Amino acid sequence: MYQPLNLTIGVTVFAVGKYTCFIRPFLESAEKFFMRGYQVHYYLFTHDPAAVPKVPLGPGRLLSIIPIQGHSQWEEISMRRMETISKLIAKRAHQEVDYLFCLDVDMVFRNPWGPETLGDLVAAIHPGYFAVSRQQFPYERRQVSAAFVAYNEGDFYYGGAVFGGRVARVYEFTRGCHTAILADKANGIMAAWQEESHLNRRFIWHKPSTVLSPEYLWDDRKPQPPSLKLIRFSTVDKDTSWLRS
Amino acid sequence: MEGMVYAQPKALTPSRKDVLVLTPWLAPIIWEGTFNIDILNEQFRLQNTTVGLTVFAIKKYVVFLKLFLETAEQHFMVGHKVIYYVFTDRPADVPQVPLGAGRKLVVLTVRNYTRWQDVSMHRMEMISRFSEQRFLHEVDYLVCADVDMKFSDHVGVEILSALFGTLHPGFYSSSREAFTYERRPKSQAYIPRDEGDFYYMGAFFGGSVVEVYRLTKACHQAMVEDKANGIEAVWHDESHLNKYLLYHKPTKVLSPEYMWDQQLLGWPSIMKKLRYVAVPKNHQAIRN
Repeated sequence: MYQPLNLTIGVTVFAVGKYTCFIRPFLESAEKFFMRGYQVHYYLFTHDPAAVPKVPLGPGRLLSIIPIQGHSQWEEISMRRMETISKLIAKRAHQEVDYLFCLDVDMVFRNPWGPETLGDLVAAIHPGYFAVSRQQFPYERRQVSAAFVAYNEGDFYYGGAVFGGRVARVYEFTRGCHTAILADKANGIMAAWQEESHLNRRFIWHKPSTVLSPEYLWDDRKPQPPSLKLIRFSTVDKDTSWLRS
Repeated sequence: MEGMVYAQPKALTPSRKDVLVLTPWLAPIIWEGTFNIDILNEQFRLQNTTVGLTVFAIKKYVVFLKLFLETAEQHFMVGHKVIYYVFTDRPADVPQVPLGAGRKLVVLTVRNYTRWQDVSMHRMEMISRFSEQRFLHEVDYLVCADVDMKFSDHVGVEILSALFGTLHPGFYSSSREAFTYERRPKSQAYIPRDEGDFYYMGAFFGGSVVEVYRLTKACHQAMVEDKANGIEAVWHDESHLNKYLLYHKPTKVLSPEYMWDQQLLGWPSIMKKLRYVAVPKNHQAIRN
């Protein structure tokens, strides 16, 4: 029922520093599995446009390469994503796409990701915490932070690697997160899991309309439980310490 | 949601194991236990939601209004803004029922029809006309209900979405071949035996004003077409409603908790609450 609507789905992805090595597997697998039959617009943010490989795209699918500043600290790169996404939407994405997904680049699509994921505001359950009590969620627990969540609060622990929704909702969401990040910065504090902490705080107050199961955000280092019938989007095996150096 | 405390939802624990809580097109099916009303009330209050409830009390059916409205005051959208739209040919017979804060009643005088089938079917025309002219500016959501019923338990914002239908209590466990869809291809309401999701009841449907307008307009036009072709669908407006919801899938489906007849069907254990129930009536006497 979504196809007749002629929708365009946007995807933001950041590949800074050594993370450019993930672009090819991300895009190639997206071409195979992500929103087949729909118009798709990838917005690839990188400090090194020359490092972006030529990946053939299907009809109705576009890639925009947008240069951004690199940073020596990976946390800084991570935290600036919210601001960068909101600026992209304000500048152009609001006219170019109907829905927008914000995905991590160090991942691959392994099975279909389709219109079942479309919703006004979309979050994905973090694969490490779906079977765990809220007291054990790695929320930011310092009250001074704008991302603070008390022990008796929380629905699910959502992963920062996947979120999205209607472009206007994603704009409000990323702006809100960015404001909170700035508030923390002014107080000399960085939340426990960077923008994932702020994302989680915000999703308690502004509940997502659609929640994706861990099929849509999996960690291949974990054994696949029987409740998980299909893995659609998961981590690429990598040496984190090298990547972040 | 600031500071609201409630039990954690568990990703591996279904809220109900005995019933389907989600349609194949990912619309929630509303049963007791599937929702936290405090969270939902907060979400809808933040939007300052106003709900319109349309009800038709034509000829002798005015007698049902008092109980309908009194029980609605107790159970329907309590805490939210409500406008009752009472369509009647007998405005003087509309009872004075005391209403809570933020709730009002509007009487809309309309013509009657001789045949009860025509009274029933013309509701679609009247709702579509008033949706365009008036409801669009006054309410966010419309709920279209039969009057010969009463509210016996909570019916709240959990039902609200772009478009909702309600499972008919006589068919929720039937196979689609047994659904009493219109089966004659000549009718606009025709549905072949291998198609159909659910059998929805004509007595309780709704959604955003725009979606209810589209539904009622389409149903009315289909009925006009049928009349021109000399055919009347087997279950009148309900047949056309079912055709519409098959090809324009509802975004929420209400369980039979929201449409029950205790006299006919008792109180099976699968129904944790009976929210909107038939009032016993003498069909022959009332339809004359």
